[in-house]
Amino acid sequence: MDTHPPQAATAGPSPILECRNLSVSYETRAGLVPAVVDFNLTLMPGEAHGLVGESGCGKSTIALAIMRYLGRNGRITGGQVLFDGRDLLTLSPAELRRVRGADIAMIYQEPMASLNPTMRIGRQLAEVLTVHQGLDRASALDRAAAMLERVRLADAGRILAAYPHQLSGGQQQRIVIAMALLANPKVLLLDEPTTALDVTVEAGIVDLIRDISAEFGTAMLYVSHNLGLILETCQRLTVMYSGEAVETGPVDEVFRQVRHPYTRGLFASIPVPSADKASRPLVTIPGQLPSPTNRPRGCYFGPRCTFFEPGRCDDAAVPMAQVSRTHASRCRRIAEIDWDAPPAGAVTREETTIGRTVLQVEGLSKRYHTVRANEDLTFEAREAETLAIVGESGCGKSTFARILMGLDQATSGSISLMGEELARLPVTKRDRVTIRSLQMVFQNPFDTLNPSQTVGFQIARVLRRFGARMSETQIRERVLELLDMVKLPRDFAGRRPRQLSGGQKQRIGIARAFAGDPAVVVADEPVSALDVSVQAAVTELLMDIQRRNGTTLLFISHDLSVVRYLSDRVVVMYLGRIMEQGRTGDIFAPPYHPYTEALLAAVPIADPTITKRKVVISGEMPSPSNPPAGCPFSTRCPYAIEDLCERTVPPAQIFGEGHAIACHLPRETLLAMEPIIIAADSLNEAHTHHA
Amino acid sequence: MTLSSPPVPTTHPERASWRPTIARLPVVVALLALVWCSLVAYVVFPDALGPAHAAALIPSIPAALVLYGLGIVSWRESAIARIGLTLVMFWILMAVAAPYLPLVDPNRPIAPFTPPFTAKAGHFFWLGADMRGRDMLSRTLWGGQRVIVWGITATACAYVVGVAFGLMAGYLRGWWDEILSFIANILLSFPVMVLLILVLNFLGQSGFSIILAVTFSSAPGIMRIVRGLALVESTRDYIQAAQTRGESAPWIMVVEILPNVRGPLIVDACLRLGYTTVAITTLTFLGLGLQPPDPDWGLMIKEAASSALLWKFAYMMIVPSVAVSSLILGFNLMADGLREMSLRD
Repeated sequence: MDTHPPQAATAGPSPILECRNLSVSYETRAGLVPAVVDFNLTLMPGEAHGLVGESGCGKSTIALAIMRYLGRNGRITGGQVLFDGRDLLTLSPAELRRVRGADIAMIYQEPMASLNPTMRIGRQLAEVLTVHQGLDRASALDRAAAMLERVRLADAGRILAAYPHQLSGGQQQRIVIAMALLANPKVLLLDEPTTALDVTVEAGIVDLIRDISAEFGTAMLYVSHNLGLILETCQRLTVMYSGEAVETGPVDEVFRQVRHPYTRGLFASIPVPSADKASRPLVTIPGQLPSPTNRPRGCYFGPRCTFFEPGRCDDAAVPMAQVSRTHASRCRRIAEIDWDAPPAGAVTREETTIGRTVLQVEGLSKRYHTVRANEDLTFEAREAETLAIVGESGCGKSTFARILMGLDQATSGSISLMGEELARLPVTKRDRVTIRSLQMVFQNPFDTLNPSQTVGFQIARVLRRFGARMSETQIRERVLELLDMVKLPRDFAGRRPRQLSGGQKQRIGIARAFAGDPAVVVADEPVSALDVSVQAAVTELLMDIQRRNGTTLLFISHDLSVVRYLSDRVVVMYLGRIMEQGRTGDIFAPPYHPYTEALLAAVPIADPTITKRKVVISGEMPSPSNPPAGCPFSTRCPYAIEDLCERTVPPAQIFGEGHAIACHLPRETLLAMEPIIIAADSLNEAHTHHA
Repeated sequence: MTLSSPPVPTTHPERASWRPTIARLPVVVALLALVWCSLVAYVVFPDALGPAHAAALIPSIPAALVLYGLGIVSWRESAIARIGLTLVMFWILMAVAAPYLPLVDPNRPIAPFTPPFTAKAGHFFWLGADMRGRDMLSRTLWGGQRVIVWGITATACAYVVGVAFGLMAGYLRGWWDEILSFIANILLSFPVMVLLILVLNFLGQSGFSIILAVTFSSAPGIMRIVRGLALVESTRDYIQAAQTRGESAPWIMVVEILPNVRGPLIVDACLRLGYTTVAITTLTFLGLGLQPPDPDWGLMIKEAASSALLWKFAYMMIVPSVAVSSLILGFNLMADGLREMSLRD
């Protein structure tokens, strides 16, 4: 087996992987549906190429087609996939098997699905070497242990002896990467490898992936929906839309000089730090992705494009046109569009005025046996305010929502909603007015609506329960008004959820939550399951309605970009405790809580003009059933003070109006922290800090 | 801000109906109810109908034909389901049409031991005559009536009980679940036939005892299925949405959960109709079920048991056996086809 560094084997300018006019179709009951049309890609050794697009754009299909893993109904209908000059599409199954394990490896979104749950990690890793390279068991295990170190997993001995379920998601994904790297592949296909992970864990994996190409010389095809991640990991990218590559080029060039209206639309719908809900709101892409069976003539993006020109954009298939030597776009009007003009359709809003306190939480704790889900939460939310509760999975934000909604009861402490005590009052014992004033928008669009009932029935049900003595005609009229409010056609009332897209379902969920005119709406990750452009539309809609009705919005999220964009105040939680709270501006500027600092540094930002200060935190969240006695973050905190942080609960230090940081660090240390996110236009100011 | 509404495919403009899903199939439900109610009235309460008795089943004939047509149209994806439906609807149609077909009285002795396809005593016997000389064709077509009536009724009763308890165990959990599951486990530990025989011996032989016996033996299994489905469904967000708007437990169980678990239940119901048909036929054969002289497949098999020992007279047993088997096969094929269609989407 060839063990030299891969660069040596493929020296010179010849690409390691090439797709030429690749077309893939799926056989369905409706006939052969094209999933990828005429796709071209050139991947050089050691290069990382990002493949970006929204769900259904064909990006995963490409990765699967390269591996020829398309399944029973997938067909490669044209083109070539050249690996090191050989066409993979003509290989026999036996040859293909050799290529798959040794030369091209794939890493999927769900690490648990790639690991055998009944085998110890050590055996699974060693098997790669014993099968592909004919090593004996002992030396294979040694190599496996060495590889674990290279993917930065400490305590290799314990991990090799563990079963997959005994490891955390981040560790599992590192194991999968280690397993792929053991065979020393020349190409690594990564299909959303960090999507299932928490953001601070994701940051570590992204760091690792970035180093792989440098250290191992592996070429990578990185499939992701997250433009920020692509910016951080790749040198080149291809933007996909409806099965076609619409724009391709070096990452920096594409980000700075967008030359396709779809890419431009994507950028305008991402909440980057320079966006602001009042002065620079997000701009959404109108319309929906066409169904693969019913794509428009000419440019697939045409019907949604603001630069659409009838007769030119819809006459025949649009070819890729070179913008520069390395940058190409599938647009007929590259030369005519003013690419630097601000995107049309942005509407600025007034700042909202925030009223009296509506919700007061004090000393709220919730324990399940030994698990401390919520510990001493104290905060308040005011009328017309958006209060974001931020944290990674397991931080207790959803437990708090359940207690607030009355689906669970607190162990101690109080929640008072306009003077009424709710902490231990289950929803079945609450009166109608209380229930009505507290409603919820759920996370999963595929779960939020009852699949068997029509949309109209489900909205009308809320009105029947809460609306005082409305006649059938009035209810009907109000349902239609609510559909208008969430910008859906009125005839959706008669539809069933399966006839709706994810974003449309989420809109119905919003209409349902606001139907009873509640005082407080809890939104539990309402957009995290949606595509980027749909996220923007739903976020904007939620905010518009909230502002118009003067509703208090509790926005529960792990996504700091969205939080920064829409919230007025932020509560940062970690392992059941509040780490920091304050106005949004205060949270995103120093002084930071060390956890907030790490969280901010971990969020990928799709803006090349922004530089981030690097903060490395190690390890993962400790188990909530056995948290440290003191500060829960002390086990990972780079600033942890020995003998103090892990023993004593930190005091809340007050900085400015309502800005509290629960930390033992001296005030001066916190005040001296440097900003994490530095925008180019403020670079001059930042420079003085850096110097 | 531009939030133009997405394009609206105009395939199903179900503009008018916002009702819960149960009412979306009102035609099917009404037709089934018509067929079933009139059959029950005809078979079980003949005296209550008085002079209307003779005409009681006439409206059910077109109803059954329409049902068959609807099924054939809407199940065009699955040939198996359509074959099953054809078998089942054939026997249901025969059950409702028997009084109006040009058949001789099934209880009138004409010519004993006449083999099939022979004319005797001025009558052509397509399927022969039994040991008492009664026309087998007439008895076979009439004979499905009671099995179908009691089979469907008993299965429906078992379903009402099983679904109710299953929803309670799966949604309310806690003590309800403990107690109901414990009772179900005890009932499931009895061999089915022993349970049936025990109940029938205890309550005496009647159609109503059969309903009770079938309910006792089937409901625990149905409860288990519904409980499992309800447990899964309870974790979904729309159930939480219903809870957070203060819906009562019965509403959540019946309106929110039940329609969403109907798929697997319909498949299971078809299978269970088959089991029940087997059970009723077996009980009748053992002399524990329905009593002579009216024609019934189980009874026909039983009466033919001794005569059919001779190969020459085996038809007396083969004919009703094929009839009952084809009905059961029909139910099973329907179940298979429905499952196949549900998996395809």
